[in-house]
Amino acid sequence: MKKILIIEDESALQKTLGEMLSQQGYEILSALNGEIGLKLAQSKKPDLILLDLILPKIHGFDVLKKIKDNPETREIPVIVLTNLESIEDIKKAMELGATTYLVKANYSLEELTIKINQVFQSN
Amino acid sequence: MKLKEILRQLNVSVQCKKYGLSLWQCPQFLFLVMGLVVIITAITTYYIGTQYAWDPRLVALIVLIISTVLFVIGFLISQSFERLAEANKIKSEFISIVSHQLRTPISNLGWTIELLMSGKLGKIEAKQTEYFKILKENIARMKELVKDLLIVSRIETQTLFLKEKRFYLSDTIKELIVSFEPVAKALNVTISFENQKDLPQVMADPFQIKQVIENLLDNAIRYIKEKGKVKLKLNLEQDNFYFEINDTGVGIPEKDKKYIFQKFFRADNAMKYQTQGSGLSLYIAKSIIKKSKGKIGFKSQGGQGSTFWFTLPIKK
Repeated sequence: MKKILIIEDESALQKTLGEMLSQQGYEILSALNGEIGLKLAQSKKPDLILLDLILPKIHGFDVLKKIKDNPETREIPVIVLTNLESIEDIKKAMELGATTYLVKANYSLEELTIKINQVFQSN
Repeated sequence: MKLKEILRQLNVSVQCKKYGLSLWQCPQFLFLVMGLVVIITAITTYYIGTQYAWDPRLVALIVLIISTVLFVIGFLISQSFERLAEANKIKSEFISIVSHQLRTPISNLGWTIELLMSGKLGKIEAKQTEYFKILKENIARMKELVKDLLIVSRIETQTLFLKEKRFYLSDTIKELIVSFEPVAKALNVTISFENQKDLPQVMADPFQIKQVIENLLDNAIRYIKEKGKVKLKLNLEQDNFYFEINDTGVGIPEKDKKYIFQKFFRADNAMKYQTQGSGLSLYIAKSIIKKSKGKIGFKSQGGQGSTFWFTLPIKK
């Protein structure tokens, strides 16, 4: 079973997203802040990470940088899932090594699941 | 160019940009102008006074009094302008924060309802689906409103940047017609599109221009009573693309015409006929077209439909 780590501080979003994805047959790991997210990424080696940007403790960009700097977690695809949509943020996330950048408000759960499946297929 | 350089050095243009205002609406610049007027007035008064060989002390006194009065008035006016500009800036920031903060709970609601409706958490009865649909529609409305507010805040804080590229305007129009077809059908409205052949590609921001046409098309369909027609036209006129959308809707009353592109404005008959609507779509359309170096306008008579048009330059 493929593991997806969701790093998202909104517990309601975390729950809905987790439920939908576990219904799709994925194993879900949840982190409500950047610090826990980073620890789980290193200890559990998920197959995919969904990463919010505005996070308590460690900002999403720093989490992304640390994941990509660590040889053990570098290969894990990271989907940035946020409501920030400035060009600078998108650029920065892609430069840091995000696989794709999705704005929450623009996606339904179903579309999001399709995107996640696509990332798995292309990897 | 020279004036701009001087203004830049005096830090005036930076200050004006902060408020998102043009030079002639900007308190700092107006104060500068007022200062110049005071100096010119003083010199003129002195010149006239000496021409008529008045007592130099009297001339000096008159010059002093006039300069002081003008200076005080100028200062008061620019002060109140500054307060207004500050309030305007706070309002723009408020809109920006509110709309950003609203996005997360709206996504939250939308996803939760989607999950419930999917039936994956338990079977949903037909009656419940009906009510879930109402919730879903209302969330979609909130989403649209927040999206509009965000664009408005970007326009006002001058952070709406256009990502220009070449594309066919007619493709965008056709796509939008297809997406509006079901709504139009339900409202008994027929949409037609007359397109000049072999038009070149336009150089503009495809996403923003789509937004403009979407807003115009949505208005055209929304304000048709019972049955009607919406005709779209695209052709070249001199050095511009010319797009027109004509409807057989309620039209715009004479007294409301001058306000139609103002934000949050809704014409009386529009409110009577359609309670939904934020009064932002035409303001957004105008701002985007203006930023794309085009023009926008309309012709309308109350009760006899409206024709909205815009132009976009052909950039080589």
